[in-house]
Parts: sequence; structure tokens; C-alpha cells
Amino acid sequence: MWDILKNRWKQGYRTIDFPSKVEMPERFREATLKDGEPKLTKALDAKIQKLFGRSLKLRVVTAGSCNGCDLELQALNNVVFDLSRFGIQFVASPRHADGLVITGPVSRNMELALKKTYDAVPDPKIVIAVGACAISGGPFEGSPAVLNGADKVVPVDLYIPGCPPHPLIILDGLLQLLGRIEKRKGS
Amino acid sequence: MIPQFLTIQNAISFEESKIPVLERDVWHQAILENCSVGKTRIVALFAEKKNEGLIRLYCILGNDGRKLLHIGATDIAGPNYRYPCLTNQLPEAHRFERELFEEFAVLPEGHPWLKPVRKQNGTSFYKLGGEQIHEVAVGPVHAGIIEPGHFRFQCYGEKVLHLEIQLGYQHRGVEALMVKSDPLRQAVLAESIAGDTTIGHGMAYCHAIEGLSERSITPQRSQSLRAIALELERLSNHAGDLGALASDVGFLPSAAYFGRLRGEFLNILMELTGNRYGRSFVRPGGVSLDITAEMVRDFKKQLSTALTEMKDLAELFFSASSVLSRLEQTGILKQNVARELGIVGMTARASNLLRDVRQDYPTGIYRIHKINPVKMITGDVYARAKIRSLESKRSLQFIQERLDALPHDKIAQPCGPLKKQSMIVSLIEGWRGEIAHVALTHSQGEIRRYKIVDPSFHNWMALSVVMQNGQISDFPLCNKSFNFSYAGHDL
Repeated sequence: MWDILKNRWKQGYRTIDFPSKVEMPERFREATLKDGEPKLTKALDAKIQKLFGRSLKLRVVTAGSCNGCDLELQALNNVVFDLSRFGIQFVASPRHADGLVITGPVSRNMELALKKTYDAVPDPKIVIAVGACAISGGPFEGSPAVLNGADKVVPVDLYIPGCPPHPLIILDGLLQLLGRIEKRKGS
Repeated sequence: MIPQFLTIQNAISFEESKIPVLERDVWHQAILENCSVGKTRIVALFAEKKNEGLIRLYCILGNDGRKLLHIGATDIAGPNYRYPCLTNQLPEAHRFERELFEEFAVLPEGHPWLKPVRKQNGTSFYKLGGEQIHEVAVGPVHAGIIEPGHFRFQCYGEKVLHLEIQLGYQHRGVEALMVKSDPLRQAVLAESIAGDTTIGHGMAYCHAIEGLSERSITPQRSQSLRAIALELERLSNHAGDLGALASDVGFLPSAAYFGRLRGEFLNILMELTGNRYGRSFVRPGGVSLDITAEMVRDFKKQLSTALTEMKDLAELFFSASSVLSRLEQTGILKQNVARELGIVGMTARASNLLRDVRQDYPTGIYRIHKINPVKMITGDVYARAKIRSLESKRSLQFIQERLDALPHDKIAQPCGPLKKQSMIVSLIEGWRGEIAHVALTHSQGEIRRYKIVDPSFHNWMALSVVMQNGQISDFPLCNKSFNFSYAGHDL
């Protein structure tokens, strides 16, 4: 135990700051998309921002994902990313939540469960689709067993791309939606 | 040896015409005789529609002790497809036979309960009678950030008398999509079978394609890099699971620490492959990115730090008496039960059943460089936790050895076209256990049937069995100690 404490002391504080700028290493640049800048997230309107801006409780529904996006959402809770310092939390019940996070292309078998969960979230609510599958069906697009994306079932406010998106990308999406990143740049 | 069946090798293709097509009863008898001894087990049992009114059943058996794989087939004619069922003598066949009934309407005669595997309508649940029995239904939407599945407990007070697990919510139709898609998409699909086993499933797919192609030399360097990625995946998942187990028993120091350690392994995998889970890294013919000498030095440094941290942490976790009292004697899976249910991988090894594809049917770099599997005797949650930390140490050492001795040839060599009318069985030891991919090509050399068996498909029954007569409050702990894949099962 003493060794571990000593070790921890040496390593210091492990939670990372939200980076202001990220450079992609040369090795990977070729492999990524080249055409055009991606469309950026617009912040929610002032009224909703006032409601959710400082405290947002989300409920995750996995609807046919491979579990990759869910692992990254879980990773947001660990000591490195520490999501709760931003006032955002994942809660256990849709009735405690301000919004839904949906991963996966929405399999037909999950359609009813997703609708019921959506209905259980009190109004006003926001819906966030995380990962390529939840946006368009991803690699499963066109399969008769899936519905090709979360917006086929419920209205979506924010799309976070990636397969799976890095925890920082999810965090970036969430903070931009709440209008918190622009504020920081302005100040 | 099974005289009636054809003996095959892992990831080496063979002509379809060589597969013995036996009489229905001879086939049935051959499987029963060999598996009932307990030395042979079912690796895959699946069907293919040959033409109207004819379905062919394929059975692949594995003899782990003698390191042999066997295949045999039988034709059954319609309109009422039926054959005598295997489940009554061989419980490990139960899920395969239910799947046959669900997908092809093949009736295994005498099967005790043809409950749907993935379909949701027509599901019924086993119910206990009695005034003091109560039922607990959980899912498909759970409290945590996990995949959907439905659990039905029949309880007497705190005691669980019966647990039934209904899966299928994650069904995306991967097998059908694999046949319809072009090779580029097939690789992506294979990687999306289970997000935490991206490298494992990706490798199983690539070995299948490489084995089936007419000319294929996978460079040694890429084989080494694949093995490094596979072991990194194992490490990250084992560290993550140990962290989750720690948080389930409320032992927060190691929960937080293991969670961070998992991130370190994922970050090494990201530096190597460009993605935290190694997507688009393993491709037929090799790998997509090379590693530089500088990165090798850097990885070795990071890994040796991780090795010491892992050792310290495991010592802290496994020496705390409050942890041990929760882990020991909880959720025991006995060796004979594990054998009967055909359990594979890490779960089997924790129950004193040495099943490891890396040792039994090695492919790629594992043919030359062995990695000794670990086994535990007790089969309880403690054994499944301890085996994770022991395996992690071996994997860490293995990666460091491989980084020291990276071959200097190319990283990829394109494969030729696929052989016509051929078949291949490709097995990989993913972190959960044996991943089996079986591919069949038609006369134009394209894939006509693709069968995937995730280790979770064999293993899910283990959770129901260990919960019997256990406390319902131990369920999260038992569940986490196995950590089966819903997506891999549902496909």
C-alpha cells in the first residue's frame, strides 16, 4: 500500500485538462478524410443552455452497437477524463435524466425499448447520437435487422462521429452543445 | 482421430469436396461418441441451405489434447427438416441447435426447449410456482453503461433459484451482411462484431481470407505486429475488468488505478494503430501501419512501467481481506460443469480446464513463439480475477519479447483471389476465448456462407449456472467476473 501511495505521489495529478488544440500525428494524416472541414456543432439556444448548461444528466441506451462507443462513454468516467467535473453525469434511470445518449444503429429488437426510454425522459430533453452507427447505421447500414441510425426513431440534437469516438471527442461535442467552449475562447 | 470425419488444420483451407457427407445417423453417432468421452468438444455447428429442400449441417469438433480439428457434414431433406438432437447427451450443443431451429427451421427432435436465441417474439420464461417465490426482471435497458439483455431471476428471498438470460437485442445481422458485402466492408464488419475484441475478430477474418486466397504470404513483421496488438487488447480488457470488479466490491483505490492503467494500454494501441481499439489495423495480407524504432523504445519503456504498476496493484487488490472475502467461494463454476457446457477461453481456464487456441491450434507468430497459458483450479470469482492478472503479466512479457525481435520484412503483401469451392476454419484466442470464423466459397470464388462463433456464444450459460443457489446481490460481481459480450453473441 505504501509503495502505491509513494508511486502515486511521484506520478502526480493524472486527470487531463481539456486540450485547447489537438495536432494529429503525421503517421495518421493520410488515412483520414481530406475533403472539407466537418460541420461544427452549434450550441443549444439560450433557454435550454440556461437549463442544462451547468448540470446535464444523461442516460445511455445501447441499441445494437458493438460496445465500442459504450466503452468510450464508460472511459469518460475514469480518473483521466473525469466527466463529472464539467457537471455532466450518466444516471441510472431515464426518469432522472435530461437527455439520452444513443449508441448503435438501433437494431429492430431494441426499437421498442428505445422508444419507451425516450418517452420516460421528462421534457424538455435532448438526444445525442454517438458513433458512426448511431448516425447512419455505420457498417451495418442496409441490414434488414437494423434501422440505420438513431434519428429514424427519435429526433437527434447532436451527432458525435467516430468509430468509436475518442472520449475527448465526445467531451468536445458535449461542451460545444452546451456552449461552454466558445465562451472559454471568448474570455 | 475420428475415422468418419476429415481432420483439418486451423486457418488452412481445404476443398469442399473433401468434407465427408455422412448419413444422418452416422454423423449424429460420431459426434456423440467422440464428445461424450470429454476429450472432444463442439467448435461450431451450423447449417447451409444447399438448394430447395436440402439443408447441409456442418459440425466442427476440436480435440484440444491432441490438437486436432475435425469436420463432418450431413444432408437433411425437406420439407420437414429434422434430425435427432444432440443436446440431451451433449448440453454444449443446446444453443447451436436452438440457433439451427431459429434460422433454418431445422427441428432437432427431442430437444428439451427450443427457446429463441435472438428473436424477441414468442419468448416464454421458465417460472417457479409457490407463494414465497418472487420474480425479478432486469433489462433490456440496464442501469449502467452496458449492452442490452434481459435477465429473469426466480428468487426465494435473497436466494436465486433460477436465472434465465434472454439475448438478441443487439442482433444486427452480421453473418448475412458478410456475404453481401465487398471485401473492404467485410473487414470493417468483422471488426464491429464486438467492439472490445476488434483485433481478435479482425485477425480471425484476415486469417480466413489469407488461408482461402490462392497465393498469400503474410509477412513475418505484420504477424508480429498483429500479435502485439492482440495482446495489448487482452491487457486493456483484463485491466478494465479488474477495475470494474474492484468497483463492484467497493474497493476504490484499485478501481481508479486499474481504470487508468486500461487507458495506458489503449493509448499504446492508439499510437500503434491510430485508434484506441485498433480498428483498420489488421487487414488481409498484413497490417496497415508500420512501427518505427523510436516507437519500439517508447513502448518498451511504457510497458515496463505498466508491468511494475500491474504487479503492485494486483498485490494490493488480492491481499485485501475485504476483497478476498467477496471474491472467494462466490459463483463457482466446477470443472465438470464447464466441460459439459463447452466453456472456452479464460472462463474455462479459471475452472481448471486448459483450453487456449494459442497453445492448441496456434497460427501466425504463435506457431513459433509460444505463450504459456495459465490456469486456476477453484473456478470462483477469485480465480477469474486472478487469472486476469496472471495472464496480463505473461502478455506483457510476450509483447516485450516480440518488440525486441521484430522481423525486418514488409508489413503487407496483397492476397490473390479466393479459391473456388473451398472452406476454411479460422480460430483465434481473443481475450474472452476462442473466436471461430468459418468461410465457404462458391464456384466463382466469392464467400457464400460466413459463420461466426464468438466465445460468448459458448459461455453465456455459465452465468446462469453459477447464479443458481447464489445470492442475488452477488449477481453484478459474477456478471463482471465473466464479462461476456452481448454484441458477439447476438451478431
